[in-house]
Amino acid sequence: MSLKRTHELHQRRFSRNLGLGLILAAFVAIVFGLTMAKISNGDFSAPYAPAQANQEGQ
Amino acid sequence: MSDVSYNTDIREHEAGFGDYFALLKPRVMSLVVFTALVGLLAAPVPVHPMIGFCAILFIAIGGGASGALNMWWDADIDRVMKRTRNRPIPAGKVEAGEALALGLALSGFSVVMLGLATNIFAGAFLAFTIFFYVVIYSMWLKRSTPQNIVIGGAAGAFPPVIGWIAATGGMAVEPWLMFALIFMWTPPHFWSLALFMRSDYDDAGVPMLTVTHGRRATRVHILVYTVLLAALSLGAAFSGIGGPIYLTVAAVMNLLFLRGAVRIWRRDERTAEADDFAVEKGFFKLSLLYLFLHFGAILAEALLKPYGLGGWG
Repeated sequence: MSLKRTHELHQRRFSRNLGLGLILAAFVAIVFGLTMAKISNGDFSAPYAPAQANQEGQ
Repeated sequence: MSDVSYNTDIREHEAGFGDYFALLKPRVMSLVVFTALVGLLAAPVPVHPMIGFCAILFIAIGGGASGALNMWWDADIDRVMKRTRNRPIPAGKVEAGEALALGLALSGFSVVMLGLATNIFAGAFLAFTIFFYVVIYSMWLKRSTPQNIVIGGAAGAFPPVIGWIAATGGMAVEPWLMFALIFMWTPPHFWSLALFMRSDYDDAGVPMLTVTHGRRATRVHILVYTVLLAALSLGAAFSGIGGPIYLTVAAVMNLLFLRGAVRIWRRDERTAEADDFAVEKGFFKLSLLYLFLHFGAILAEALLKPYGLGGWG
């Protein structure tokens, strides 16, 4: 037999789960946003590819 | 599996999301956010908006984490004091161990993320601030010296310095002036609260100045700190964070604040009880406005600088 009636307790658990879910989603968005900001800010430079380094050496 | 076993680990008051959020002391967090933001924007180095936003967010989370750790450690005295009786742990909504786990996890998270988002120095300084508030203040000095508020004020004064370091990656005189402003403001702010929340600290056995040195001495201390604060606040007007707007705000607010401190100093307990500590309560409210307007003025000076209006030109 399954429990069908929603208890006040279930609402509290739902609020906790929903809150945590939103926080995790926000964290993903923040890490993405930070990455984009760092790349566009000039803080980040990709390492030289060997082919590119050879070309510059010539 | 029966339904009976399903119910065995259910607590009577299972915590909701809001109860965990309350562990982070949202009201204190708002002060941390505001002062750290001012520190960040007053710095002479422009910050990418996203990085600035993240820096403030992680500083706020670090502040919240130290709030949760403070609630874990102080749960015994929070149960006794009227002002703190409804906090999640004494109210039975959250277990003390949960607050400890949340505090430790968020401390580590905020320090690492601030270090990654801005610079290692800012992350390390946030770690030091959390350590200072939790270990030096909450665990050690709060219950052992009547100067607890003075030292605790230092922990609350670090956010603008962290904000500045997050932007610049280094130190300067200006963030320490902002630090000193909050540091000197904290004692009169809290001692006026202790004067009208009378029995709370006595009952909890916290050596508040009102308990150890008496209420007369507390009134004298409020006046002395207010005079020192006024000198500092007006002096800061002629530094890199000051300017005409700041000077005007500081002049008006210090005049009002000094007037309040003198009135507190001149009153005796009978007069204060007769009007239910009206002057002390008024001074406490004014202290909130005092700090808000000072940092608001620093922010205004910083934001107007690019247009040639802020600072002394």
